[in-house]
Amino acid sequence: MVKESQIWNWLESVSDPEVPVLSVVDLGVVRKVEVSESGTKITITPTYSGCPAMQVIEEDIRRKLLQEGLSNLEVVTALSPAWTTDWLSENGRRKLKEYGIAPPENEVDKSLLFSKPIVVPCPNCNSKETKMVSEFGSTACKAHYQCLSCKEPFDYFKCLR
Amino acid sequence: MKEHLFEYLLRLGDDSLILGHRVSEWCGHGPILEEDIALTNISLDLIGQATSLLKYAGEVEGKGRDEDQLAFLRLEHDYKNCLLVEQLNGDFGMTIMRQFLFDAYRLPLFEALIHSSDSQLAAIAEKSLKETKYHYRHSAEWVIRLGDGTEESHERIQKAVNSLFKYHVDLFFTNHVDDALLKEGIVPEMKAIHNKWMESVKNVFSEATLEIPSNNWEQSGGRLGRHSEHLGLLLAEMQYMQRAYPNMEW
Ligand SMILES: [Zn+2]
Repeated sequence: MVKESQIWNWLESVSDPEVPVLSVVDLGVVRKVEVSESGTKITITPTYSGCPAMQVIEEDIRRKLLQEGLSNLEVVTALSPAWTTDWLSENGRRKLKEYGIAPPENEVDKSLLFSKPIVVPCPNCNSKETKMVSEFGSTACKAHYQCLSCKEPFDYFKCLR
Repeated sequence: MKEHLFEYLLRLGDDSLILGHRVSEWCGHGPILEEDIALTNISLDLIGQATSLLKYAGEVEGKGRDEDQLAFLRLEHDYKNCLLVEQLNGDFGMTIMRQFLFDAYRLPLFEALIHSSDSQLAAIAEKSLKETKYHYRHSAEWVIRLGDGTEESHERIQKAVNSLFKYHVDLFFTNHVDDALLKEGIVPEMKAIHNKWMESVKNVFSEATLEIPSNNWEQSGGRLGRHSEHLGLLLAEMQYMQRAYPNMEW
């Protein structure tokens, strides 16, 4: 029987199709790996309800583990507890920044209207002089910002709690 | 109880599906690039919620129908969405007002459904609530910006209020389905949701200098499958592929 830790290792090489610098483990979508005599069960949880990457992620996990020789594989989706950006690993946060995406600031979502957008440092020059262009960015998980110092536009991996 | 839960899940799922489809019609036509992206993202969230809700509805029904069959292979009167979500996009003001009136209803509803005694419904609500908060902030801020904006933006969004407000009663429709589910602790009391909705609408309208129409026109029937003519046309487009090429996949 394959060890659970070995499976986690394999999953480290399955990347998020939309943010390929992150593995599905960094992203925190793999919630559980269960190994038993009857097979292997992987539980994943979606980031956003409509995230088109989820189906690809499921297929990629399946493909990777089948390639490694596992059979009797089951990948199930659990909605609860709902994914939050707190599940992004430290490693994942570092990789995001290196890739040019600002990692989520751990600020509680104040659902006040016209609340001041949170300060997101520029992943390019670290300046805190940045502005939010739109709360909705290139994918469901990102907002669109611009740096006022180096003028670069950048994506912010928005906080979801 | 099973058929009541099925019915209720169709209401929730069809609201998400039909509004998601409507909002997706903006893709490539947004007034500015950022809004085009925002509306497309909102549409995607809604269709994702519809997927979860209709999938669960199919399981509860137990007749082997999956989310795709429920979304694409029912007839018009089998859709239980409210009338508001099927209304035409109109101009940006109309789309934003429709979205706001809906988000202001969905937000307290999902907040309450998190405590549902049905664990799967509670899980879907927990997931969807996080997204709905973003939608609400987006639509409410636009309502204020447009209402308290220029003379023209004010006039156009007030026109949207005048034309859409009559559909709000449909959101809060209840019948024996709700009564039965309420007893089981599966759904919250609609009266409380209605009060919270009214509070949001009053607050945001006051900031936006908008007025609730003084006439008391009401239109409902969506939850009973009685729709405006717009739904049929929407379904004709949405269902085309599955009807023309049954069971096609890509
Ligand atoms: Zn910068």
